[in-house]
Amino acid sequence: MAHQPDHETYSGHAAPPHQAPLGMYFAVFGALMVLTVLTVWVSRIDLGAMNTAVAMAIAVVKALVVILWFMHVIHSPRLTWIVVICSFLWLAVLFVLTFSDYLTRHWKMD
Amino acid sequence: MSDATLSHNAEHAAEPHGHAHHHPFLQHHFEDMGQQHEASTLGMWFFVAQEILFFGGIFCAYFIYRAMYPAAWAAGSKLQHWEIGAANTVVLIGSSLTMALAVWGAQGARRKFTTLMLVLTLLLGGIFVGVKGYEYAEHIHHGQFPGSMFTYVHAQDPALTRGIELFMTFYFTMTGLHALHMVIGAGLLLYFIRRAWRGDFGHEYYSPIEIMGLYWHFVDIVWIFLFPLLYLV
Amino acid sequence: MTSTTIDDAPFIEPSTRARRNYLNDEYGVLSWLLTKDHKRIAILYLFSVTIFFVVGGIFAFLMRLELLTPEGDMFTSDTYNKLFTLHGIVMIFFFLIPAIPAVMGNFILPIMLGAKDLAFPKLNLLSWYIYMIGGTLGVIVIITGGVDTGWTFYTPFSTQYSNTKVFLTTLGAFITGFSSILTGLNFLVTIHRMRAPGLTWYRLPLFVWSMYATSVVIMLATPVLAITLVLLMVERVLQVGIFDPALGGDPVLYQHMFWFYSHPAVYIMILPGMAVISECVAAFTRKKIFGYKFVAFSSLAIAFLGFLVWAHHMFVAGISVYAAMIFSFLTMLVAVPSAIKVFNWTATMYKASVSWQTPMLYVMGFIGLFTIGGVTGLFLGALGVDVHVHDSYFVVAHFHYIMVGGTIMAYMAGIHYWWPKITGRMYPEWWGRLSAMLVFVGFNLTFFPQFLVGYVGMPRRYHAYAPEFQVLNVLSTAGATVLAAGYLLPMIYLFWSLKFGRKAGTNPWGAVGLEWATTSPPPKENFHETPVVTWDAYDYPAFLKAMRETQHV
Repeated sequence: MAHQPDHETYSGHAAPPHQAPLGMYFAVFGALMVLTVLTVWVSRIDLGAMNTAVAMAIAVVKALVVILWFMHVIHSPRLTWIVVICSFLWLAVLFVLTFSDYLTRHWKMD
Repeated sequence: MSDATLSHNAEHAAEPHGHAHHHPFLQHHFEDMGQQHEASTLGMWFFVAQEILFFGGIFCAYFIYRAMYPAAWAAGSKLQHWEIGAANTVVLIGSSLTMALAVWGAQGARRKFTTLMLVLTLLLGGIFVGVKGYEYAEHIHHGQFPGSMFTYVHAQDPALTRGIELFMTFYFTMTGLHALHMVIGAGLLLYFIRRAWRGDFGHEYYSPIEIMGLYWHFVDIVWIFLFPLLYLV
Repeated sequence: MTSTTIDDAPFIEPSTRARRNYLNDEYGVLSWLLTKDHKRIAILYLFSVTIFFVVGGIFAFLMRLELLTPEGDMFTSDTYNKLFTLHGIVMIFFFLIPAIPAVMGNFILPIMLGAKDLAFPKLNLLSWYIYMIGGTLGVIVIITGGVDTGWTFYTPFSTQYSNTKVFLTTLGAFITGFSSILTGLNFLVTIHRMRAPGLTWYRLPLFVWSMYATSVVIMLATPVLAITLVLLMVERVLQVGIFDPALGGDPVLYQHMFWFYSHPAVYIMILPGMAVISECVAAFTRKKIFGYKFVAFSSLAIAFLGFLVWAHHMFVAGISVYAAMIFSFLTMLVAVPSAIKVFNWTATMYKASVSWQTPMLYVMGFIGLFTIGGVTGLFLGALGVDVHVHDSYFVVAHFHYIMVGGTIMAYMAGIHYWWPKITGRMYPEWWGRLSAMLVFVGFNLTFFPQFLVGYVGMPRRYHAYAPEFQVLNVLSTAGATVLAAGYLLPMIYLFWSLKFGRKAGTNPWGAVGLEWATTSPPPKENFHETPVVTWDAYDYPAFLKAMRETQHV
């Protein structure tokens, strides 16, 4: 079959995407270690209700780091980005709409 | 594809399009290795997406109850040893590093390096699961396993006990599902160690290791959220 | 002349059934049980889903027999509970969810895309085996005493009080979910990465757009059911209180998690039906579907909006009234893309020369009945009305209009439409039309009375009812008998046609689509040469021209 693959159909790469430099992986590991220490350290300070939020924020950053660099999303095609974003978006739908019930159960009607 | 046909290793340069020869691991419903690589990585991303929703569901339930029973959740969290959890977190992130390096190695057809990295990943993963097993044994020993075996009573505030049992239910279910995923991952690693040692992977064909990596990193991400939510409330 | 296929199109050649095709390529039981060919896997699914359809139908029929009289005299209440539970579980998990995707999607989708197979053929076979394992667990449950919680497994009855096989049933449903997930995954990757040269997104048949939307829903919704069932099983086994109010849990949380899947699940069931309808309307009007892009995007809109409405099943369960208002509003929105499809199909038929073959009869049934079902869904989405009719037969009628009047009609349309492609034989048209009429009449007789009886107060899941409801119930059971006949006939004549049906050519309907560019039945690799697509979706002149040129007719 001699025709050129149509770019609109499948992207017929002969060779898969580029290879990241080795040092990048160690840098990411280092960052994750720092963030883990941070997580533990912050948890020992009493911030009241903010503790959860801060812990989750740090966890989100760690997850982002793993996704973007360990999982190569930063160099991945747009479709990969869409899949990742959509799955978290749908999760957000589950959280927000379910919580909309629980948080408003004790509201008073005037 | 038959495994036995691979007599040369995949360190040879990629063969051009339309050549009569095709890569020994090209599956025949694909046009070329590029399409096969893209299809397998996309497939694994879709699988990871549904796993996000799977774990996400139990995280949602966790947060609902955490909002309902904050004191019980804090008390339940105190039953965990945060030092052990933190150490395990380091181990697991370390295994993610070795996994990522294995992918790097496979892409560069570094047979021995890749195999070593996969073995290290398996080892670190094994340590993680072993430590979790120890933690589980400790909990069971102290009567903290939910259900008919639950005999733990909170010393200061016995009324919290029921909520603590609920917390421990979530603890065991969430970490149990996570550990199950790790065990499955370990099995897959064994399979890939064998293939890497054989020299199956190279620049044109390393997607099996890449998708193994995607799975392993995902399991790591779940733990990144589990650790603060269960150990550091 | 008994043959009523469209044989006026110039490219229809006389029966040139390929010597070697996917059916005779290999012989033997193992060549089927270990096949990686998507077409054979589709046939495996066809057998399995048909058996489960019959099983589910038997449960329905037993229920309708009981409901002939107002007293609960044929079965005990416990047994009746098992009947409606098993009817729901078998029909939903083992028939409706897999049917169109796993049978028609598996068979036709790769061919429509010009591909040699799905992206992951081995995973496809694994899907079928996982389905069979889940189904076997279901059969074991049926044989060993059944389950009586309702297909919704509401807690704490299912976790604390029911004495039936809850664990095994939820395990079966959990396992079957993975079959669904893997099929959806396969479809998504195939559609994204394996389209033939020239087949851009806007040239795709609308079947593909709808199957794509279905697969997105499958991937994102099914895992939430999986985790919910895991928690259910944990609670049942350990006897803890995740969802049990006596032990501090919230049963409404179970319902939130359950319906987060189960509402999108109804879109998993209807979107493939809509996929088939689009193809059949185009084929039997020989026109491009009116508003192609609107229909395409409405599938995606249904998939998205379908995730935002689940708590409309919970309006009277104790959720906050503010949340109820939000969900009610969102429920009104989700009707819009479905309505767009109905408008566009109807507009396609305007001033078209419609051929009234069997598939088109089912299509007409679908359009009318789905509309009624959808509109009554809007009634239910209104808070005040729902308070009145929740858990009554009005709800039962509503969802049967969609599931049976909608999905199953579409399934029948698709089976008849693609039968020549799959088997190389035509079904007997007269019998096809008769069965379609029986199904339509039987369906309406069965389920329309249920709207009425539900509105005036007959509750669902009860086998005893107030005597004034008896007439409508008798009508409903009579209808069920006619409906059963309407479903039984195709099983007979389709089987008959395998040996005695008229042999079909490449394109007996004169329709547009890559599946009509290859032989009936197709060769194992689908096409002898990878097709290059130069025509737009449903572009009859361009397609016919391309076929003439490539097939040298």
